[in-house]
Amino acid sequence: MLRAIYDWVDERLDITPLWRDVADHEVPEHVNPAHHFSAFIYCFGGLTFFVVVIQILSGMFLAMNYVPDIENAHRSVQYLQNEVAMGVIVRGMHHWGASVAIVMLFLHTLRVFFTGAYKHPREFNWVIGMLIFFVMLGLGFTGYLLPWDNKAYFATKVGVEIAGSVPVLGPYIATFLQGGDIVGAQTLARFYALHVFFLPAALLGLLGAHFILIRRQGISGPL
Amino acid sequence: MNMFWKVGVLATKIPARKRLQAGLKEVGENVSRKVSRRQFLTYTLGGTAGFLASGMLFPMVRYAIDPLLKKGEGGQFHDVGLSVDEITETPKQVQFTVHRKDGWYNPPKGEQMTAWVLKLNGEYIAFSPICKHLGCTVNWNSNPQFKNEFFCPCHFGRYKKDGTNVPGTPPSKPLDRYETKVQDGKLLIGPLVKK
Repeated sequence: MLRAIYDWVDERLDITPLWRDVADHEVPEHVNPAHHFSAFIYCFGGLTFFVVVIQILSGMFLAMNYVPDIENAHRSVQYLQNEVAMGVIVRGMHHWGASVAIVMLFLHTLRVFFTGAYKHPREFNWVIGMLIFFVMLGLGFTGYLLPWDNKAYFATKVGVEIAGSVPVLGPYIATFLQGGDIVGAQTLARFYALHVFFLPAALLGLLGAHFILIRRQGISGPL
Repeated sequence: MNMFWKVGVLATKIPARKRLQAGLKEVGENVSRKVSRRQFLTYTLGGTAGFLASGMLFPMVRYAIDPLLKKGEGGQFHDVGLSVDEITETPKQVQFTVHRKDGWYNPPKGEQMTAWVLKLNGEYIAFSPICKHLGCTVNWNSNPQFKNEFFCPCHFGRYKKDGTNVPGTPPSKPLDRYETKVQDGKLLIGPLVKK
């Protein structure tokens, strides 16, 4: 049945080359944990991507009940966590996934660093990876404010103060982040927009570039 | 273990169409239904991946469809401050406040509701003012052209005094009624009558 549907579409649209190009590529022996168990260190990049997919999915569902408004943000989080079925699980996935994503990303960075995979000709992919790292930190920072509880508020105050301590540009950066003179209603709306539109868009673009470069340049050789 | 997926099936038991597909001509010829190693791996890996994916997706889907599975709040009766002696055969508009939680939002002043109350054949009736066509608000006797009728200004929907829709106008059903009861000579209005 499924086979027949696939064949029907494939006959008309020739979709086989599309996924074959994505899926069919050599996995060298030295990165395959089936050959050398220690090669599991090569899994961290893929795991980071997997967690990012979970973050995007769970975040989409959380957005069904969350409102970025200082009157209602905390109440809506409380509602979706305690009164909607499985809300505690969906929010839990997003909460813990945020930390796991950063950890996986960091382990991936360590692997690339210690296997020297960033060297010629892959310097550019290291740079893209660093940009991804900063975008992910940005996602963590902006997402932390959204529940609008005491922890969120003061973490953001501290974060903005740190950003404000940059020489010369500091005050401008702080005002830009706050969207005004204080951490308040405008900051919350602004962080929400950054968290669900700007940063994910940047992240997806960078991830696309990251993956295209890997396919172009192949996986770096064994140690 | 090997015998498990090496079961041969007599071709006589296979329908003619299947036998043709398998390229079998002679009745009695054997066809092997062996599951190949590749198929076995495809099924087990696919099954495992499906199990993991559904474990991830189930909470999110359940979360999203929760409004469909939640039960509505039970009906409460509201005192509208109207003595039954004041209720006549002419529909009278009464307003009452319903306190209902809307997700995380609790309207501080509650929700204003309206009912048209009248006495019909000794029975106290409270009509909902929501037009059964597309949900606008009906009024009693508000159009001079249609005297003694409930009238909806949106698409000229009309209802008679007993709430039945006037044939030939947009509404296809009579007006909904609220449950009513009388307590200490006062009218109480309850939830909409479910149909």
